[in-house]
Amino acid sequence: MSVVAPARPTLAVWKFASCDGCQLSLLDLEPELLALTRAVRIAHFTEMTRAHVEGPYDISLVEGSITTSDDLARILEVRKQSRYLITIGACAATGGIQALRNFVEPGEFASMVYAHPEYLRSLDTSTPISDHVVVDYELRGCPIDRFQLLEVILALLAHRRPVVATHSVCQECKARGTVCLVVAGESACLGPVTRAGCNALCPSIGRGCFGCFGPSEGANVDSLTSWLRTHGHSDEALTRLLQTFNAAAPAFRDGATRLVATSVTLGENPRGRKERL
Amino acid sequence: MTHGTKRNRTVSAEGVARVEGEGSLRVVVHDGSVSEVSLDIFEPPRYFEAMLVGRHFSEAPDITARICGICPVAYQLTACAAMEDAARIDVGERVRLLRRLLYCGEWIQSHALHVYLLHAPDFLGCQDAVELAERDPSIIERGLALKRTGNLIMETVGGRSVHPVNVRVGGFYSAPDPGAIAALAEPLERALEAALATVSWVSGFDFPDVLGSYRFVALRENDQYAIESGRPGSSDGLDVSPRQFAILSVEEHVARSTALQARIGGRSYLTGPLARYALNAPLMPEIVRQSAHAAGLGPTCTNPFQSIVVRALEIVLACDEALRLIAEYEPPDPPADEVVARAGIGTGVTEAPRGLLLHQYEIDAAGTIVRARIMPPTSQNQLTIEEDLRRVVEGGLDLDDDDLQWRCEQSVRNHDPCISCAAHFLDLEVERS
Repeated sequence: MSVVAPARPTLAVWKFASCDGCQLSLLDLEPELLALTRAVRIAHFTEMTRAHVEGPYDISLVEGSITTSDDLARILEVRKQSRYLITIGACAATGGIQALRNFVEPGEFASMVYAHPEYLRSLDTSTPISDHVVVDYELRGCPIDRFQLLEVILALLAHRRPVVATHSVCQECKARGTVCLVVAGESACLGPVTRAGCNALCPSIGRGCFGCFGPSEGANVDSLTSWLRTHGHSDEALTRLLQTFNAAAPAFRDGATRLVATSVTLGENPRGRKERL
Repeated sequence: MTHGTKRNRTVSAEGVARVEGEGSLRVVVHDGSVSEVSLDIFEPPRYFEAMLVGRHFSEAPDITARICGICPVAYQLTACAAMEDAARIDVGERVRLLRRLLYCGEWIQSHALHVYLLHAPDFLGCQDAVELAERDPSIIERGLALKRTGNLIMETVGGRSVHPVNVRVGGFYSAPDPGAIAALAEPLERALEAALATVSWVSGFDFPDVLGSYRFVALRENDQYAIESGRPGSSDGLDVSPRQFAILSVEEHVARSTALQARIGGRSYLTGPLARYALNAPLMPEIVRQSAHAAGLGPTCTNPFQSIVVRALEIVLACDEALRLIAEYEPPDPPADEVVARAGIGTGVTEAPRGLLLHQYEIDAAGTIVRARIMPPTSQNQLTIEEDLRRVVEGGLDLDDDDLQWRCEQSVRNHDPCISCAAHFLDLEVERS
């Protein structure tokens, strides 16, 4: 019986509204990058190659959020062409920093930046990929961790479930023995409500977590914000903290909304923004 | 995609590859001469300047980093410079040196990415670096090791390579441990050797015989090759403060681009490696000048295809600088100066890997951002990139359509445009009418 070597699975990388940082993480694998290109065939990856192989694709990595009608049509086509669709990064998972436009009047941002907003074809909202198509796996982070990305690709190739933590940064801090910044009273920290994955990087350098991996599973944002409130952090600062790279993630969005709704006027009025739905 | 005859054709590329971001290219040739050239940027706008309004001044470095995953340090440090200008403070010497070290890491990382993965395949007729690696893995492995060293510096100083977390207005959240900084010496020594080998490698490429006529704009310092600070200057005598430069450089919004296009006095200009080399080569350390001489470069380089050589030289410079900086490293203590907000306008300029980056903010007395302006290098270079395309097409009319399209794409890649910054990249459409 003759054995035929199976064809390498194809990998495609697609970019939507984003900064390119998460797809750069693939190139940042450096020593593992060439090994990876022997395990999968790069079929579409504009940042890396002129070559383009027509679909269907075994694995599509999708970076970025949906902010234009053209991109909306494109993500539907990418889904159709992909066996597994994996999103990489905060933009694709929650809408990213550019989802701050969801909290203002339509067109307000465009007219602040461009002399001729009428030249633009841009939607009034920035939305996650999962709002439009079925997503097989979401890898979190702003940016993603490159080793988590490698783990997800290897798991798919081995037909197993990726081993990626869903607990909080707070637990990572405990595991590495970092003194708690919140208890020490030094700074506001979203560690208790933010998904693990960075190995509690910011607290390890004395900086409160600013939530770039988005909400952890079962995040109790209200509990955290009320505690921080009573420890001298202003509603305004806490609202800004929640409304950054994952502003439209439901747990952070609703946490910020409730913070504004329950705000007691202590000094300055919080500038919390309510998302337009 | 091209159609028409050689004398009359349109060359177009929708989605130029191996650049950061999305854009397309269109060239129309009519009766043997180029009648239209445009680099269209259709990266979806993200409205950073609007998102910044209402935010606290201390948030600008982390928010603006998200403009570009390839050069986040450029954004962070330019935002810091602008905010410190607004607050009218000067950070201490140790913080300045540590910032320069971090920036050297980004130059090594970004330039190694561009030289090896994005640009060199063009000169060797490869679709990408993977094809190049199939021919000779040792070359790409060298490039990836260089890139790794850049990332290692960024991780050691900044916490991580994409969107570092340790930078703040006034300095750093924590000063890196001297032992960790000293451990960078060994990989950097190897990187310096690899960088010198890179210069020899790329200077042996075949370069199309195209000479540009450029107005170069770069930051200048009196005593060193400007990276993290300096005063804007030009090859035609401009020497101004960052604030004056912000007034002089006027951006315009055109229909086919989500990037604004900048001009000074109504004319285009070029920032980036060629400009820095033209204005600051005498301030390069001896090892870099020797390497430039061996590569056959004169005091200026106006062949845009040779920008790959200058970029390689700047990797040598960044490795050499980084080695000097780590040898002299003393942890800033405290790691950051306290910055108290005051109402006013602050302007910051630095040399991002692909060119001059300007941030300007107006802050109110509570420290809230009232107005933000960000002028990335690609907006400033876009007109010059189009002028280059015109010369390349005029000099390449005897090429067949596929080769002309590739030459055009390569011409755009000469300037390492970051379209994510400028507002992604190139689809080429060649129309021969």
